[in-house]
Amino acid sequence: MASTALEQDLTASHDHDEHHDHEHVENFFTKYVFSYDHKTIAKQFLLSGMFWAIIGGMLSLIFRLQLGFPDANLEVLKPILGDWITAEGKLDTEFYLAAVTMHGTIMVFFVLTAGLSGTFSNFLIPLQIGARDMASGFMNMLSYWFFFISGLIMFVSLFIETGPAGGGWVIYPPLSALPQAISGSGLGMTLWLVSMALFIVSSLLGGVNYIATIINMRTQGMSFAKLPLTIWAFFVTAILGVLSFPVLFAAALLLIFDRSFGTSFFLDEIYIAGEALSNVGGSPILFQHLFWFLGHPEVYIVLLPALGISSEIIATNSRKPIFGYRAMIGSILGIGFLSFIVWAHHMFVSGMNPFLGSIFMFLTLIIAVPSAIKAFNYITTLWKGNIIFTPAMLFSIGLVSLFISGGVTGIILGNSAIDIQLHDTYFVVAHFHLVMGSASFFGMMAGVYHWFPKMFGRMMNAKLGYIHFWLTFIGAYLVFFPMHYIGIAGFPRRYYSFTNFDAFSSYTDLNAFISIAAIITVGAQFIFLFNFLFSIFRGRYAPKNPWKSNTLEWTTPRLPGHGNWPGKIPSVYRWPYDYSKPGAEDDFIPQHIPLSETKESNLPGENEMLKELEKGAS
Amino acid sequence: MTTVLIISGSILLLVILGLVYRILTLVSIAKNKNASAEKTSFSNKVNAFLFPLLFVIGFIAIYWYSGIAKEDFLPEAASVHGKSTDFLFWLSLGIVGFAFFITHILLFFFPYFYQYKKENKALYYPDNNTLELVWTIVPAIVMAILVVSGWFTWSEITKPAPSDSVQLEIMGKQFNWQVRYPGKDKTLGKHHFTKIDATNSMGVDFTDRASLDDFMPREIHIPKGKNVLLNIRSRDVLHSVFLPHFRVKMDAVPGMPTSFWFVPTKTTTEMREELGNPDFNYELACTEICGSGHFAMRFILVVDDPEEYEKWFNEQEPWASKNKDYLTSIGIDIESSKQLVATDK
Repeated sequence: MASTALEQDLTASHDHDEHHDHEHVENFFTKYVFSYDHKTIAKQFLLSGMFWAIIGGMLSLIFRLQLGFPDANLEVLKPILGDWITAEGKLDTEFYLAAVTMHGTIMVFFVLTAGLSGTFSNFLIPLQIGARDMASGFMNMLSYWFFFISGLIMFVSLFIETGPAGGGWVIYPPLSALPQAISGSGLGMTLWLVSMALFIVSSLLGGVNYIATIINMRTQGMSFAKLPLTIWAFFVTAILGVLSFPVLFAAALLLIFDRSFGTSFFLDEIYIAGEALSNVGGSPILFQHLFWFLGHPEVYIVLLPALGISSEIIATNSRKPIFGYRAMIGSILGIGFLSFIVWAHHMFVSGMNPFLGSIFMFLTLIIAVPSAIKAFNYITTLWKGNIIFTPAMLFSIGLVSLFISGGVTGIILGNSAIDIQLHDTYFVVAHFHLVMGSASFFGMMAGVYHWFPKMFGRMMNAKLGYIHFWLTFIGAYLVFFPMHYIGIAGFPRRYYSFTNFDAFSSYTDLNAFISIAAIITVGAQFIFLFNFLFSIFRGRYAPKNPWKSNTLEWTTPRLPGHGNWPGKIPSVYRWPYDYSKPGAEDDFIPQHIPLSETKESNLPGENEMLKELEKGAS
Repeated sequence: MTTVLIISGSILLLVILGLVYRILTLVSIAKNKNASAEKTSFSNKVNAFLFPLLFVIGFIAIYWYSGIAKEDFLPEAASVHGKSTDFLFWLSLGIVGFAFFITHILLFFFPYFYQYKKENKALYYPDNNTLELVWTIVPAIVMAILVVSGWFTWSEITKPAPSDSVQLEIMGKQFNWQVRYPGKDKTLGKHHFTKIDATNSMGVDFTDRASLDDFMPREIHIPKGKNVLLNIRSRDVLHSVFLPHFRVKMDAVPGMPTSFWFVPTKTTTEMREELGNPDFNYELACTEICGSGHFAMRFILVVDDPEEYEKWFNEQEPWASKNKDYLTSIGIDIESSKQLVATDK
């Protein structure tokens, strides 16, 4: 019985390969541009993400210069920023807001959603579940090119005369609906909305594909209980995206109507620029509900892939099974579910009913429990390990640290009574830059260092990686930790300068310090950029399984071609975390090694299972 | 000139990085020849050591700097509810700070103690349900305590304002605040956004007789120890009323009036003495992004003793009496309206 099935499988995959050999003639465009291959698409997402990270990082330096050195003459930036530098050599106040807005939009959506999830979901899902490609290569290609067009439009909006969108990345109307209110709400906001609509299309095409692939295309033996945690994280992330992005789409669409077609979904009783508007009956609060219905799951869309990646890397490099595999899956699912019912904690003082505030405080604080489980499980995985510090491992440990330090302040902010004072202060900025920004960024970096050998067939330089890590890790803390103090002192976000208020006139030294730390931290990323680009062409050839890891991607050739495995797709017989199993010869047993070949290390349960199987086969 | 400098500097930097990379690669190749069986190099020890080192330096720095930073925190809350939210804040910060400290001891010392050693083998330890249960239940209990205490405080703060509250209206607009008091009848006159024009910037409806004694001062005055109810609205985009010293914050939303009530506990004079700063003033700031002047929406608030407050209140001249011409121009005869008010009473 079993052997017949095996043979069928063999012939099936054989036919598949022949099909590729004969008919798939590739030219430059189909291979590198409009490619259907998930690995190429992943690289496209990665390179785009890196491009956007540079833009987003540079924008942050511009407004950090303003915040750290409010008296400085920024005439030097005139060649780049043109009229956004005033005649006195100061940053234009509206451009400051535009820079803040674009920094947020770019980092959240283009870098940490597309650049992180787009890269690693695409690259790892087929390779780790044992599939030849995504369920639909065509949709996957479309997903990238929608993202590309979306990015192109956002990029163009940076250069138009009235400037890019400037109402904050949350684009609350009426500010974002009325060009009279801020120049960024003119053409810049229109482009922002069009760009985001296309981005949502891209994200949905990708998400549907990830879900379909994970459910349908797992190789023989790869049950859900044997999936690597990376795949679990990508799976839940994709579900979150598919359920929540359409709500942002609705919000964006209604806002487009309000802006261009005279409707009043979000507008009511407004007098601006010398006239009373005819729009009545709408609700600005409604927009906030719609926005955060995506906005909060979005935080986990950004974070979960990073947590999945670090689970994999920490287990591999501790040479230990991830502690509490099932608890980890449970907490991913729990976080995913809860992320949908906490959105209004962004709105405690928006004027919504205070009773709603109590409910959302309760739900928000529950999310601390699965998060705590994850943190403790990571730490226990390190305990009694035999830890090898690859750059990827360093970034993963860094991620856990940032996840904790940024996460714990969420408990404070989630408490509606305390949030009255802290809402929209630098305390919030510190919180989400640590837990969402830095932690996810570290996950992305960890992923790049870890899977670079599989992506490009070469190794990155480890020493440059160590330097990059320590500068970035210490830098991230030096930038974001002091913001807690500024927040406790009540400094509001999105302020061009603090000199108008006696209450916020302190901490000028600290603000300058943060700016210097930010410049150094962003500068350190160029070490990575250099290492990355140079290693693509000049890195040492990668061995087949450089980190001695268990998952299936390391059973492919050094540079897997189209279809990933030249022969049959390997079957899976065990979970991905058999590291340092007692009795085993080496300290890892890859997923495709059958139990029958490892009798000396099988656990009692596994030996019984093996006997059952053998009985069935005979 | 600068451009040339920047370009040549960048090229130089790239060349240096290239050389460093080359050297590091050569060194690692040379080393690997000698010890090809070694899984890790000396770097592993360095990295393992840097974690506890960072822990020690980091926590000393946090401890040291917190002492300095404290000086510039806001002074003790000047409102009744602010004391309880401050208490909750420091309690929560204590709890999470403790969790942060403990987890980081483990997270930063495990890498050192369990760094790779050739003779060691990692412990195969895939799960332990008791442990999982412990770190599910303990955070759950702590969260429950925080939720309940937060909920009590929140309900207390957000319950409807007592009917004897001193009322005033704050309106946000690009880019300043405007304030209106109800005058001697203790009732704010109606307003409507279509009534707004260059003079009547708050859109007060003067056909409503209650409006006629409303006054619009240049500073907010409130009495110490009394309930103060802020009626908050906006006439253009979102703003947010933030009174940092009183721990008060509430968005101003066009089309949807909001409110916040609190009890101030320290007069401006008392605060000046306490801080030793004769120039101290309570300030009102905007905390919802509202456009280019967002950072400059400052308004002064003064807390008086109740007697001083009464005195100030009685001295204020209604807006309508100050702007008789305007009222005439919109067709309202203030004298006859006043008589009507008088006959009402």
